[in-house]
Amino acid sequence: MASPKTNLKGRTVYVVDGSRTPFLKVQGPPGPFRASDLAVQAGRALLARQPFEPDALDEVILGCVSSGPDEANIGRIVALRLGCGHKVPGWTVQRNCASAMQSLDCAAQNIATGRSDLVLAGGTEAMSHHPLLLSEQMVAWLAAWNRARGLPARLQQLGKLRAGHFKPIIALMRGLRDPIVGMSMGQTAEVLADKFGVSREEMDAYAVESHKRLARALEKGWMDEIEPMYGPDGTLYQQDEGLRPDTDITKLGRLKPFFDRTVGKVTAGNSSQVTDGAALLLLASSTAVKKYKLPVLGRITDCQWAGLNPEWMGLGPVHAMLPLLQRHNLAVSDIDYWEINEAFATQVLACQRAWTCKFYTSRQLGLDKPMDPIDPARLNVDGGAVSIGHPVGTSGTRIVLHLLKVLQREDAKRGIASICIGGGQGGAMLVEREGGDS
Amino acid sequence: MSKHWRREKDDDGIIWLHFDHADSGTNVLSDETLEELSDQLVKIEQAHPIGLVILSDKANGFIAGADIKGFTRVKDTKEAHSIIRRAHAIFKRLEGFSFPTLALIHGFCLGGGLELALACRYRVAREDEGTRIGLPEVKLGLFPGFGGSVRSMNLIGHLPALNMMLTGRSFSGSAARRLGLVDMAVPERHLLTAARHMILERPEPHRPTWQQKFPGGAPFRPLVAAYLKREVGKKARQDHYPAPYALIDHWERYADRPDDMYASEAEKVAELICSETAQNLIRVFFLQEQLKSQGRKSDIAPKHVHVVGGGVMGGDIAAWCALKGFTVTLQDRGPEFLNRAMGRAYSLFKKKLKKPHLVQAAADRLIPDVGGTGVPKADVIIEAIFENVEAKQALYKDLEPRIKKDALLCTNTSSIPLELLNVALKNPKRLVGLHFFNPVAKMQLIEIVSAKNTDKKEAKRAAAFARHIDRLPLPVRSSPGFLVNRILMPYLLEAVQLLDEQVPASFIDNAAMAFGMPMGPIELADTVGLDICLAVADKLAEDIPVQVPERLREMVQKGSLGRKSGQGFYRYAKGKKQKPTQSQGYVPPRDLTDRLILRMLNEAVACLREGVVESADMLDAGVIFGTGFAPFRGGPMHYVENRGLDDIRQQLEKMEQSQGGRFVADKGWETLFTS
Repeated sequence: MASPKTNLKGRTVYVVDGSRTPFLKVQGPPGPFRASDLAVQAGRALLARQPFEPDALDEVILGCVSSGPDEANIGRIVALRLGCGHKVPGWTVQRNCASAMQSLDCAAQNIATGRSDLVLAGGTEAMSHHPLLLSEQMVAWLAAWNRARGLPARLQQLGKLRAGHFKPIIALMRGLRDPIVGMSMGQTAEVLADKFGVSREEMDAYAVESHKRLARALEKGWMDEIEPMYGPDGTLYQQDEGLRPDTDITKLGRLKPFFDRTVGKVTAGNSSQVTDGAALLLLASSTAVKKYKLPVLGRITDCQWAGLNPEWMGLGPVHAMLPLLQRHNLAVSDIDYWEINEAFATQVLACQRAWTCKFYTSRQLGLDKPMDPIDPARLNVDGGAVSIGHPVGTSGTRIVLHLLKVLQREDAKRGIASICIGGGQGGAMLVEREGGDS
Repeated sequence: MSKHWRREKDDDGIIWLHFDHADSGTNVLSDETLEELSDQLVKIEQAHPIGLVILSDKANGFIAGADIKGFTRVKDTKEAHSIIRRAHAIFKRLEGFSFPTLALIHGFCLGGGLELALACRYRVAREDEGTRIGLPEVKLGLFPGFGGSVRSMNLIGHLPALNMMLTGRSFSGSAARRLGLVDMAVPERHLLTAARHMILERPEPHRPTWQQKFPGGAPFRPLVAAYLKREVGKKARQDHYPAPYALIDHWERYADRPDDMYASEAEKVAELICSETAQNLIRVFFLQEQLKSQGRKSDIAPKHVHVVGGGVMGGDIAAWCALKGFTVTLQDRGPEFLNRAMGRAYSLFKKKLKKPHLVQAAADRLIPDVGGTGVPKADVIIEAIFENVEAKQALYKDLEPRIKKDALLCTNTSSIPLELLNVALKNPKRLVGLHFFNPVAKMQLIEIVSAKNTDKKEAKRAAAFARHIDRLPLPVRSSPGFLVNRILMPYLLEAVQLLDEQVPASFIDNAAMAFGMPMGPIELADTVGLDICLAVADKLAEDIPVQVPERLREMVQKGSLGRKSGQGFYRYAKGKKQKPTQSQGYVPPRDLTDRLILRMLNEAVACLREGVVESADMLDAGVIFGTGFAPFRGGPMHYVENRGLDDIRQQLEKMEQSQGGRFVADKGWETLFTS
């Protein structure tokens, strides 16, 4: 068989193993783990169970939107903390919500081209540790204060201090706001709800289903990629804290819209949850698979990035998934399972509608006829970011890892994981099991 | 020609005096090295250099102290006195030089080493924790005798100096800088530059502040001395440890008369050196060295340690190994059996390492491992699950085919003979007992247990591993209770027996503490846990003639397990012992102490006769470092020797008559000290 066209030209990219931390809900104060701590907790168990020593890795690549002040180039920091030794390079990538899909893409490319044989890649995000910043007026005032010499100058400067100077900038809130179009991510979700006629009830129903699916998956032991975390005080963290198994449409209906306060529809209950967490995958070439006799969970066969109007950023998956199908001559029915990251319930629903919308597909994607619908029973089968949580720099890896686990469990062949990206982008990854060219 | 010292003059006219002890890996001040130093100083004075830097060529440090072996050879106080006065004279010459002098310090700078440095005008030290600067003489039953008791106060003030000498604490380079003990603390790469800078720039030498000086004023000294004695009294009794009290008296009398103070120092320290306490503590120092020599680090080069069992012992062993730099996987049935161990480990790292990046590195090295994925990678495997023969055997059967061929396989069993356990292995020779004591981070001793069929090489490797984690290995034969628990148990059981005879617990504990035990037997039993005491006692009773008092069994059945349950022989609130009700006017039996101690000694003799340990010295070492047995008595067998064999045997006979079979003298007494 002639090898199909792909964005990953070269050697086959195998996924050997993966793990993630439980996702911890941000409660207000900084959580018990910094971003690097999260990645270490997920990574050390993953590496401990491999037949090779950590220094056998060729590189470590992490996605992270905002690491702490002591975590510059967190990829390298985590590599060192995981005992990879001085000689294993580590680096960090940032593509907002898809940072941890970008890291997988980078790792996959390096394996495909022969630069690397064994790569630890993934993402980590401690959203509870995102900083409070001083306002620019305050920074300017402090600079002037430092320059002021002598008591009169200092007193004069003191007189210029205003209460407003002390108002901090919450980096997390700023990060979730698009500076080009001046909208928060939630407002872009409102735009989609409006455009595709998603009702409040539909969003809430979708959110309830997300919680139910996660509850079932946990009960059945389908979330075995979660590695328990141990806090410095001995507290044990074993489960995603976002899960509310008892939630229902009535309870969700009582929540007030969060972004468009009075007449909007998107609430905290039907949006993804702000959480801390890390996820990692171990990727390998056939050389490494043979050398260490590694088990194979699946293959990353292609990856696609797309851009669109930042106001519609939630539709990014539609734009990224389509070229994958086209390039590989695949019909919707050829894909056994789908993951579309649940940034917002309404955004996943809007993606599904845009996908089958004649107007949208012809105007925006240049299709003659719309796509076949994606079966909701094959989409986000074990819940998604609405119930599990969405640590922004982590989710890209989480959905790829879990998709592979689902394919393995269902003995299925092919899946697509896709994610929308603040700033108006989408990313999608095609993964497969069995066979290969090795 | 000088054997140990080397002089070099550089282009700036500074003389660099290198100390490199020709017969030892560590620099120490002996008669010989001191006399050579004296010759060197005479020549240096004649050379009129720009300055003098004294430094060490040894990688492990500057000077570790006086040659302690010399202390054991001193005949009488007169000889000791003349040695000290001679050292005083040599250091005085150094102190009196008109050109600047400097001690360049890295690694050990202890006791006599620091006293030499104090006689210099300046001190520059490597800043890190590996540099240890202090005056630990009090731990040997002495106080600084080479002028240190005088010069330390003049340099850093009265209370800081007394504190340093009374506790024997040592300091890193940076901490010593904060105290004023050294003038500069720099990274290794700057040491030479810093020394040259000080000599050429000649800054004002360090002086204490007035706040540091005034407690030495005549009107305050009696008050300060009384306060210090009260503080010392909380840690050490004067009848057991006279040295700190002697130091306080010496200071109170002479603090404002330096010349008399040197004379008094010589006199007091000479007396102390010849005292039984100091000689016994020096003996303990050498016993410790002997234990260290039981393991040769080069016999094993481990990187990865796997511990099975996340309970108190297993968890703490894993944490200790991670603290000491090893990658450690800790296995138990589920995460809920590991989280407490992880929490305790983190507290240990924080307490010991302090610096956040070091704490983080240690925590990262300790990997919770529910799946047992560390087994095939580990160089050392330590089993620390509950004391059950079948469970342990099943575990070994599961482990054996998966572990590395040359992995060291150990068990932390405290009471099960190895022969019962190693039968489960295809290669029974490879199992070694590595018996840690609780609390792991405090107890320095590890019993290295060998069964008859244990491979000698494996036992050696286990002892070597003990040295890698900075513990003291004591080789023992696999027999019930091994050495330490076997000797401890009759003593604890006798204490319970005494309780049964209506002797109040506090009287029993006080008698033991008056003898010099760190904690009374009743409180010790409560602390260890009465259930554990009972289990060990029952186990022992299967093999050796000990009777387990009913009282103990009843307590355990009632759920009174000691400190951990809040109720044992004492009551505990939040882990703190509650004062028992006063037994007014109670007069304890006159033979109370002997009833406790003689049970112990009798068992010790039995252990020697059976060859549980190699020698009386090793027995003493094991009991001191494993139980805290009164160090100033030099160990149980040494105590027998000092008190007199006949006296003890007569006492045993008397007790056998009054108390019965528990006090039947072991056969071993017949042949004791004859071989």
